[in-house]
Amino acid sequence: MKPCQYACNSADHVIARRNFLGSLALGAGVVGGLGTFAQPSVSAALAKDQKRMLVINMHGGLSQLESWDPKPGTDTGGPFRAIPTSVPGLHISELLPHTAKVMHHLAVVRSINTKNDDHGKGSYMMLTGRRKMPGQSYPEIGAVVAKCLDSSAQSLPGHIRITAGGGGGRSADSAYLGPKYASISLDGGKPPQNTTKPETLTDVSLAEQNAFRRLANDHFLSRRRTAMTDAYVQSYEQALELMKQREVFELSKEPEKDHDRYGKHDFGRHCLMARRLLENGISFVQVSHSNYDTHNENFNFHFEQVGEFDKPFATLITDLHERGMLENTLVVVLSEFGRTPRINQYYGRDHWGRAWSVCLGGAGLQRGAIIGATNANGTEVKEREVDCGHLFHTYLRALGLSSKSSFDVAGRQVLMADPACGPIKELLA
Amino acid sequence: MKPDFKAAHVAAEFDHTAPLITCRFDPTGKFVFATAEDRAILRWDLADPKKKTVFSAHDSYVWAVALSKDGQTLVSAGGDDTLIWWPATAEKPEPQRKVTAHKGWIRSVAISPDGKHLASGGNDRLVKLWNLADGKMVQEFTGHELDVYSVTFHPDGKFLLSGDLMGKVHQWDLATGKSARVLDAKELHHYDKGQQVHFGGMRGLAVSPDRKHLACGGLHKATNPLGNVHEPIVQRYDWETHKLLKTHLAEGLTNSTVWNCLFHPDGTLIAGCGGGSGGHLLFWGKDDEKPAPSFKLPDMAREMDLHPDGLQIATAHYAKKLRLTRLAPKPPAPAKKA
Repeated sequence: MKPCQYACNSADHVIARRNFLGSLALGAGVVGGLGTFAQPSVSAALAKDQKRMLVINMHGGLSQLESWDPKPGTDTGGPFRAIPTSVPGLHISELLPHTAKVMHHLAVVRSINTKNDDHGKGSYMMLTGRRKMPGQSYPEIGAVVAKCLDSSAQSLPGHIRITAGGGGGRSADSAYLGPKYASISLDGGKPPQNTTKPETLTDVSLAEQNAFRRLANDHFLSRRRTAMTDAYVQSYEQALELMKQREVFELSKEPEKDHDRYGKHDFGRHCLMARRLLENGISFVQVSHSNYDTHNENFNFHFEQVGEFDKPFATLITDLHERGMLENTLVVVLSEFGRTPRINQYYGRDHWGRAWSVCLGGAGLQRGAIIGATNANGTEVKEREVDCGHLFHTYLRALGLSSKSSFDVAGRQVLMADPACGPIKELLA
Repeated sequence: MKPDFKAAHVAAEFDHTAPLITCRFDPTGKFVFATAEDRAILRWDLADPKKKTVFSAHDSYVWAVALSKDGQTLVSAGGDDTLIWWPATAEKPEPQRKVTAHKGWIRSVAISPDGKHLASGGNDRLVKLWNLADGKMVQEFTGHELDVYSVTFHPDGKFLLSGDLMGKVHQWDLATGKSARVLDAKELHHYDKGQQVHFGGMRGLAVSPDRKHLACGGLHKATNPLGNVHEPIVQRYDWETHKLLKTHLAEGLTNSTVWNCLFHPDGTLIAGCGGGSGGHLLFWGKDDEKPAPSFKLPDMAREMDLHPDGLQIATAHYAKKLRLTRLAPKPPAPAKKA
């Protein structure tokens, strides 16, 4: 390993200097930096496979009873019925008629017990695979995927979130992996902010400005290179690439018939954007669907929200399958937690982390699998209990990564996934 | 006997084993019906309250029931696409007819003034008119942009009214089958951009006995729809002009919804209200902004109906009880024996 070239040698700088070395293998290993893998053969295999990941984040806490684990006719079941799916014996909520037809591509895990009812902690757990501890910060799955799966030729950001609104820009979700792997938000599904060249600026002027910037940077870096200056340089260069490849984010380039198939509401457009980004080689895309925090009138709001989710999601799964991408794209529909089996006086359901579900598939996961089970009225897990850590291990394994691998953080080996857990082996092919 | 709204008191409670959803008296005044989260329809004999009869056939919650003028036929509306006709007074009631009427929930049903027709409205945004005698569909009305929450007939029998989640009331001409006009009670609808949900809707819809006013009940000030932060409201419109005449409010009843509203034969507007502030019956004269008076129920109510005698109000409660509130002074306690 080449020694650090930074002016200082603080832990943060060492982490961010992107000189991690290691190997990617199904056994334990160490993953290196610069978005490349130390073993060329593994890198080549991944390039061929083009592993990717799509997360649909059902923001607020999707009710498992109104989605993947219905309990009709029980005291907790609510008014909706269960319907059969394309997987014999698997029934899901009647709110998902289109998804029911593509369940043979997917699987459900019905036995999640995260023992957490807090939004922030739940979101952290489900995206990092760890419990939040004071003084510790772990990268979200999107940053890990971008770090491990982005090819060296990848010039676009590998970690993209599509949200209905918000401030845009980059998030602080990559922890010790550094800002290169932090997510870029496409708010409202629009292209990243500030990626159009001002009309008053000519191509020649822009090229001259950037040449001057690079000259100044090189001069500065030759004497005082830090993680922060690296991040600045990387941000400017990536911004230029974003400007050059802005068309990747132009949803208007998709055929009109696909806009109709996905629906012209926000979530439909965002699912279509997700397909476009994945097709253009983005390693990780997260689409948020809001909002499921239904303490009040849970059934009305799930009718509205799940009804909106169903068709675009099923269309996306169908397209990924028909385009040959589902074999290499891990799809996960998750929330920060589920919702209480108990129906409150406002026809609402409250926060519930003790017995809930996610739906996932692709990337070689067992199709049509039903992992675990809850009891008759869904109040507790009765079979194959799993935590966020088990899911995180499973994601990594499905993506061809060893969940026992480590990141080299300032010479300290930090395991990619919680060592107290392991993958859900019966879900892996 | 005239009602005494200020003397309202709970006179009776009927228990069940699951939270209740809705309730209706039969037009003869002999029975009170309710539905519950265990998918049952319940009938209590008011003369013998211990006599509870359970009707079971729906594959979902029963959101609404309606009774024929003679009280002999009950039609229940489920979240399972289905209308079911029942012998309302039978000792062991079995379904007489099942009709797949809507796609998804049927939220509201009403019997026409002449007793010949039944109207239904649901989540498929459709309103339908049925022959009560044979269950055949007579007309289908399209035009609502979101779920239909309430249906009721105008007392003259010429129009059917349907209110939706958007707060719009369509006035359907029964002779032509077409929409005569639309009232937009937009105060009763809220779209929350942050939570990306529609909320509110026409929870109650009633025409005054003198046919001059239309009352639209629901909620407003929905600053947090998913968290149950809103306030009850009933708006009174002029029937002829659709001019808003009065907004009836209930200050202090935060987090509450008007689940139903109706007119007493004496013209008093009554709302059944429930939510975080508990359960309330609210009474307004035509010029009252604040209820005069209001009656606090023991706990949160989800629906209400007025007995044909005009002296009793039934309320359906989450606390697994149906309560009868009497609009009259309490009878004197029996004298203790010396």
